Amino acid sequence: MTATTGPARIWKRPRLVEQTWLRWAIILAVLLYLGLAFGSIDVNWTRVSEGLVRAARLFSGFLQPDFTSRWGDIQQGLIESLTMTVCATVFGLVLALPIGLGAARNIAPLWLYGLCRAIIALARAFQEIIVAILFVAMFGFGTFAGFLTLSVSTIGFLSKLIADDIEEIDPAQVEAIRATGGGFWQVMDYAVASQVMPRFVGLTAYKVDINFRESSVIGIVGAGGIGATLNTALDRYEFDSAAAILLIIIGIVMLCEYASGWIRKAMA
Amino acid sequence: MNWPARRFCRAVFYDGAEPDVLTITNLEKRYKAGDRALKGVSMTLAPGDIVGLIGPSGAGKSTLIRCVNRLVDPTAGSIRLGDIDLTTLDGQALRKARRRIGMIFQEYALVERLTVMENVLSGRLGYVGFWQSWFRRFPEADIQRAFSLLERVGLIDHVDKRADALSGGQRQRVGIARALAQDPELLLIDEPTASLDPKTSRQVMRLILELCTERKLAAIVNIHDVALAQMFLPRIVGLRAGEIVYDGPASGLNAEVLTRIYGEEDWTKTSNSQSDDLDDGSLASPGASGLAAMPVPVAGT
Repeated sequence: MTATTGPARIWKRPRLVEQTWLRWAIILAVLLYLGLAFGSIDVNWTRVSEGLVRAARLFSGFLQPDFTSRWGDIQQGLIESLTMTVCATVFGLVLALPIGLGAARNIAPLWLYGLCRAIIALARAFQEIIVAILFVAMFGFGTFAGFLTLSVSTIGFLSKLIADDIEEIDPAQVEAIRATGGGFWQVMDYAVASQVMPRFVGLTAYKVDINFRESSVIGIVGAGGIGATLNTALDRYEFDSAAAILLIIIGIVMLCEYASGWIRKAMA
Repeated sequence: MNWPARRFCRAVFYDGAEPDVLTITNLEKRYKAGDRALKGVSMTLAPGDIVGLIGPSGAGKSTLIRCVNRLVDPTAGSIRLGDIDLTTLDGQALRKARRRIGMIFQEYALVERLTVMENVLSGRLGYVGFWQSWFRRFPEADIQRAFSLLERVGLIDHVDKRADALSGGQRQRVGIARALAQDPELLLIDEPTASLDPKTSRQVMRLILELCTERKLAAIVNIHDVALAQMFLPRIVGLRAGEIVYDGPASGLNAEVLTRIYGEEDWTKTSNSQSDDLDDGSLASPGASGLAAMPVPVAGT
């Protein structure tokens, strides 16, 4: 088989940039830029040392979290956050379902697809904190602004992922149900919903978990909930109460995590 | 059952008394890309006619049967089911017509996450309202019918299993039961055995044939396996590049006819490949003969 004549042929992996000098010039330029960029960050070492002291107090607060002295505030913040989370997830879900259906190219006509994809893009365009700031500016401080913020983010999240899921379903099952004479909604029920349901329930459970975490962040910009309580505690340098709040958030997020994992497994 | 004899008797004695189930006239399908999948196909099925539709991949077999139940919209021509023209229907009328046409698929096309019973009952979707089907409250008669169909196809012990828990042969039986649950007059069967092993293929073909004969159903069976088609199907229609090039009894499939259906000009030079095409069931030989004919041009390049 090895009847080759002439010199052995060489093989090397094709390079992205073939010219050796150009390749090295690019690498050097990137390194130079990184060096200059890091050099331009102004580090004030005295403030770093002060910060380290505060960090030490924060961590010592963690060792002795104080659940009791601010319990009334914490309780109210928790209830607000959980209410926001549940209501916004349900409300967002109800709106996300039709938008998600409309944004699936294999189901919706082109005009509806375009419209629904535009709504999704709009809902996803801004980070939650920016949306929260806008809603706080519009409707004032409190849970209503938080509820709206989380609803918008739920619509963006769920309808996009539902639509993408629907676009990937097995078309043969849809064909088969259409062929029996089933109507549009029967096709949706038997051929589409049955295929996307497990993913859909899993995503919703996941979004509950995300919404709770976000509810604690957007509170910081005035949208109510446990985040507002946390912000107040930090402003007052009550690191032991802040630690208690953070521990509660961690606990609830972990519970959500286990619950959504269990739900997903049960639905598979 | 001898197809030409049946045809002849019908023509002489029953003409008009037993109307055709399906009449396809000059059917054309042009896809958006511009290629013509069907170029004026005409064929007729009497009640109880079982037709094997053979032809190379891309000949338009799938398009043809999908035009009949309008999963694909034909470009021109007419398809009459009994006394209605299927090509002009839409909405409710199309749904009503689809109830009369059962379809069986290559990859079974069962709703994988639903139970066997739900899949069979989905054959009744054209007959029940949305909320009835949503709550799975099918009429008692439909449920009894589904039970007896599952008994008939030998799946009565798997009623509440999920479809994705079954083997290939079992799934295809569910597909058959679903199609028959519609109480159809016509069955469209798209490569029913392409995903099955040879033994299961024969069992499934036998079951389909028995059920069609029991119920006097007309059927079009798309099939790749010429040997299997000859074994089970009395009448064969050969489709090539969107045109019917043969319509006659299975016994008439000789080397010349098969060449007309499948053969490319340069294949026909070797008489060897013709006889290989005859028993298409053997997997290796057509490819092997194709290769044997090739070396000269390959060496030339």
